[in-house]
Amino acid sequence: MSSETQKILTTDGIPLEESLKQAEKKNKIKAFLLVTPLLLFLIITYIIPIADMFSRSIDDKMVTNMLPKTYKAMEQWDGKELPPEEVFEAFYLDYKILVENKTAGRLQTQLNYEKNGFKSVLKKLARKQKKFEEGNYKEQIIKVHKRWRNVDYWRAIKRRAPAYTYSKYLKGVDMYSNEEGKIVQVSENRRIHRILWSRTLEVAFFVTLFCFLMAYPIAHLLATLPMKYSNLLMICVLLPFWTSLLVRTASWMILLQQQGLVNDFFVWIGLVTDDNRPEMMYNKTGTYVAMTQILLPFMVLPLYSVMKTISPSLMRAGKSLGATPGVAFFKIYFPLTIPGIGAGCLLVFILAIGYYITPALVGGASGTLISNQIAYHMKSTLDWSFASAMGLMLLTGVLVIYWIYNKLVGVDNIKLG
Amino acid sequence: MSKKEDFVKFDKVDKSYDGKVLVVKDLNLDIEEGEFVTMLGPSGSGKTTCLMMLAGFETPTNGEIYLDKNPISNIPPHKRGIGMVFQNYALFPHMTVFENLAFPLRVRKISKEDIDKKVEKALSMVSLSGFGNRMPGQLSGGQQQRVAVARALVFDPSVVLMDEPLGALDKNLRESMQYEIKHIHESIGVTVVYVTHDQGEALTMSNRIAVFNDGKVQQLSSPDKLYEEPVNSFVAEFIGENNTFAGEISDISNGSCKVKLDKGEIIANPISVKSVGEKTTVSIRPERALINPKDKMDNNQKGKIEEVIYHGDHTRVRLNLLGNSEFILKVPNSSQNLDIKLGNEINIGWNSHDARALDPK
Repeated sequence: MSSETQKILTTDGIPLEESLKQAEKKNKIKAFLLVTPLLLFLIITYIIPIADMFSRSIDDKMVTNMLPKTYKAMEQWDGKELPPEEVFEAFYLDYKILVENKTAGRLQTQLNYEKNGFKSVLKKLARKQKKFEEGNYKEQIIKVHKRWRNVDYWRAIKRRAPAYTYSKYLKGVDMYSNEEGKIVQVSENRRIHRILWSRTLEVAFFVTLFCFLMAYPIAHLLATLPMKYSNLLMICVLLPFWTSLLVRTASWMILLQQQGLVNDFFVWIGLVTDDNRPEMMYNKTGTYVAMTQILLPFMVLPLYSVMKTISPSLMRAGKSLGATPGVAFFKIYFPLTIPGIGAGCLLVFILAIGYYITPALVGGASGTLISNQIAYHMKSTLDWSFASAMGLMLLTGVLVIYWIYNKLVGVDNIKLG
Repeated sequence: MSKKEDFVKFDKVDKSYDGKVLVVKDLNLDIEEGEFVTMLGPSGSGKTTCLMMLAGFETPTNGEIYLDKNPISNIPPHKRGIGMVFQNYALFPHMTVFENLAFPLRVRKISKEDIDKKVEKALSMVSLSGFGNRMPGQLSGGQQQRVAVARALVFDPSVVLMDEPLGALDKNLRESMQYEIKHIHESIGVTVVYVTHDQGEALTMSNRIAVFNDGKVQQLSSPDKLYEEPVNSFVAEFIGENNTFAGEISDISNGSCKVKLDKGEIIANPISVKSVGEKTTVSIRPERALINPKDKMDNNQKGKIEEVIYHGDHTRVRLNLLGNSEFILKVPNSSQNLDIKLGNEINIGWNSHDARALDPK
């Protein structure tokens, strides 16, 4: 039949496709071997940690494993009234083992997250339970602290029964599931995370904007100056890259503090009075200034590499065709630099959204960002699962931005060089 | 409609970039309306600088350029109304062909219907109708070049400048584009100032050619005059092929002179020599020297054939003549059986009128 394509054979009679595959096989293996080190590196340092972070953020096995008998006994309990005697007994047995192993502290902390004041109740129980007699544990436990009579505490234990939970993610947006299992917002004076999220986005947006406004003329100058000047200028742009991030931030602290150089200068030129020096550090201003300076090269370089490819004769052509310099710029030059603008903005925005050291040092209370909060939970509260959850939320946010960007501008239009 | 004579006028124009070297020296050039003038010269001779000054991208260091009697040094490029075709076409890569052509019209705030009409007309002029929706990147080099020409003409400029527009094309395409540009010029009568370093291009297309060297116009004349009657040895050397003899004037009278060479003496036409004892370079076009001339010629010499190169329609013969071993002859391919063989001695003759005694190099 004509619809069936005839198999083309090589001179040796082997089908051409097969022969081609064989010929290419060696190259394919070679190519794969060349990328293997990087692939392994990525898997070990990127994919696995993210997977681990994810499992940590939803993992709730700790409590489940600490109270195995309790949860087994609780299966039958409907949670409306106080649990029956078996649950009390199971809880007493589980808790006894924990106290003997000196691991009860973790349970106390975890349950305290769930219900405030649980810690003291549990601590008291740990002290008193040594004198417990066998049988009728319900009565004995309630005798230790009257709060054990409150069914909310038992519900709090039950809520931690599943091995997996999304409560950390809810906490990341200032929400929690209440005693009835409904998802509600935390009280208004405790909504700190949402402020941090919006502040992070705001800072990232404005830092990107400032970087763009400052980098565009620099990049244009770099691309149009003769080689000997542009090289020097390029070194000036790159110089911050070669200086430690910490040193750069510290130098901003020297400049911006209230008795610092910038304030001295303002006083000297009479812009402000000596006893009325503005605070430029330990607030958002400090974060803006330092982050813009530090991220500027990430905007300059993609812009420069794109502008370098734009022939100067295009602007000349535009002018010779009757366009004023302004029109020629906006109709011809600017549209051709959009790939560079896109790459630079994406780069700076994504870097800014996860910035940590600079806001930590110059940000103060009003200038800290979400990443500082993550670090705080990593180092101070040791709530790693919450830190992981927020880290993943940040990562998802970046991916969403990337996706929106792809829809709007198209990733193919990005040019980094 | 009478044509304005000095439509474009360079008046004592000097140009220096660094304050040390003059790239253009005392340039005086008048271009008639509707004329096709080519600036021809080796690279670095200042021809592109002149074009850029006319377009407004460079300012003259001294002197003034007039366009239709108005000085234009203080007019920015976008107000000069001069069309320009660039070496690398300079089409806007983010616009379609239509948008490229519409650009000069849109910035002039011309109505949409007129824009459509004019763009269509310009596209058909360069035989690219129907290509309006393509992007420049999808066109071949020749097509891009034609779009660039159409774009420079679409807003009816009084002068169009072309800066080596055919430099990037291959030989065949370049030749056909030369004729195309020439025909467009003839049909719409726009003034064209064309810059090239390709003398063939200059000779085919132009009404007049200005030969540039060292920042100066060496000769400004029609192509035939330039070729037949070069006024100095640079022009003679630069345009076409040329045989030269260096010598000294031994006698000069009645429109002819005798030139004494290292070996022998020839009779020549004194162009830029005036008195006995002056050094000179005599220039003879290869096709003006004949083998075994039938008519009597006032120069007759014997030469030895050193090299024969077959070129199809003609044969190039290199001779050793009067001590010059680089003397070239072009022998047309004909049924005439000449005795052209390596090592043979042959008779060469030429008229003294065609041997131009020019300045010494």
